Amino acid sequence: MNNYIKNKLIEQVPPHSKVLDLGCGDGDLLHTLKKQKQTSGYGIDIAISNIIECTRKGISVYHGNLNEGLPGFASQSYDIVILSQTLQQIEDPKTLLLEMLRVGKQGIVTFPNFAYWKVRLHLLRHGIAPKTKQLPYEWYNTPNIRVLSIADFKQLCQSVGIKIVKEIPLYTTSMKRLMLPKCLTNLLAPEGMFIIEKDGDA
Amino acid sequence: MYKFTSQSPLALSSGKHLKTYEIAYETYGKLNADHSNAILICHALSGDAHASNPESETENPGWWQLMVGPEKPIDTNRFFVICTNVLGSCYGSTGPTSLDPDTHKQYQLSFPVITIEDMVNAQAALIDHLDIQTLFAVVGGSMGGMQTLQWSISHPNRLKKAIVIAAAAQLGPQSLAFNTIGREAIQATPETPNIGLAIARMIGHITYRSDESIGTKFGRKLQEADYGYGFSTEFEIESYLKYQGEKFINRFDATTYLYLSKAMSYFDLIKSYGSLESAFKNCTAQFLIMSISSDWLYPSEQSKEMAKTLIKLNKTVTYCEINSPHGHDSFLMESNDLSTMIRSFLDSTS
Repeated sequence: MNNYIKNKLIEQVPPHSKVLDLGCGDGDLLHTLKKQKQTSGYGIDIAISNIIECTRKGISVYHGNLNEGLPGFASQSYDIVILSQTLQQIEDPKTLLLEMLRVGKQGIVTFPNFAYWKVRLHLLRHGIAPKTKQLPYEWYNTPNIRVLSIADFKQLCQSVGIKIVKEIPLYTTSMKRLMLPKCLTNLLAPEGMFIIEKDGDA
Repeated sequence: MYKFTSQSPLALSSGKHLKTYEIAYETYGKLNADHSNAILICHALSGDAHASNPESETENPGWWQLMVGPEKPIDTNRFFVICTNVLGSCYGSTGPTSLDPDTHKQYQLSFPVITIEDMVNAQAALIDHLDIQTLFAVVGGSMGGMQTLQWSISHPNRLKKAIVIAAAAQLGPQSLAFNTIGREAIQATPETPNIGLAIARMIGHITYRSDESIGTKFGRKLQEADYGYGFSTEFEIESYLKYQGEKFINRFDATTYLYLSKAMSYFDLIKSYGSLESAFKNCTAQFLIMSISSDWLYPSEQSKEMAKTLIKLNKTVTYCEINSPHGHDSFLMESNDLSTMIRSFLDSTS
């Protein structure tokens, strides 16, 4: 995982929380959280190599496919459920987001923003499926089965009763120092990060 | 091989009891000063106490030589490894071929029917005898996995880690059916039970492999160039199964097979405890549950269900599906993923 995203994620997790990481990879994030924030964590991943790495690190994991949902997890059994850089690979993102908030009190979601200006420019100039640092694949070999923008994500949250507690725009190094207005994140941020909760009124 | 002789009778699940019994076992490595490095290995249906030969790789290797030994995933330089022959078996522990102390004749069918729980309780008596309060781990595949599950439930405070491989909380109906045919074959030939035993082994052998592995190894290959239009052994798979059946009757006992097969058929955590949740609710061990992708005898779904139940109960569990084309018996074969998982899980401190 990109260290910048990793550090941003770690910042959002309160100490001693119970964290579930969906698509946890080699367990690096959970391991770091455990060391730095004394969290207890659990991971789910689809790749056996990652399951082995997590086990090496002493992180308990479930070897499975997120498209099968989270049926084994009790409601509200985690403080934080993380879905980082994985939403664009999920068959039914809406259901998974709601499942995250059934199992966890809060969710943290990160994803590459398809409305980032470089993506827009790439499509406009070249007329072919955009390739960027965040979306480095060819259209025919990408593991991403869909792409979404920050605006798309916000719209979905609103329509299914998910409250956005906090939006953390992730900028490139050159833009980090600038005071950029929040209304422009959909254009200026290559990645979106959101803390979400179930909307009490929904 | 050592023998442990019980000092007290064993109350069995059936309501009967064994006045006295022996458990054959082997140990590898050294028990440390505070007796905290012991690992119990549980064998499958036809196994014995000889899990490994730490002295030599080639001479008289054990049934889990790949996994147990110096520098192996279950490292005998570090752990004191115990493997028992299960109660009811015919490799040194008390079973149907043992002498009944009352009649001085072999028990045979007068031996009480035993369960996985009975096997585990007999093992626990041995662990007491070895002066081990808490096992570092209990490890087993197939029927050994059932024993491991039972250990975690019957003696929750006596093991730190449980490694359950290619097992289930109960045999699925299809697996149960194959088990019953094996017993049927033996009981159908009471005068020559070995004929039935060979058939039972042939059936078993098919269920321990996958269609793909049998296909790759034998396919529809004939031993001769063409059909002989008779009933002699013609297909290579036919010859192989016959060989497996014959090899087995030279090393196993038909009545014992009935008892062990029945113990597996009876094993049912859901029936015994009302539900998987209530079965696992007092468990304290850290679990590693592993299934084999091509195992249709103990399909991954059954392992996943156990793992999900443990997750729901907020227990510590890692679930992993080992990708192998060889079917149920893969847990006895060379597999980097399986070895690495076991080694890492035993090493991990959390």
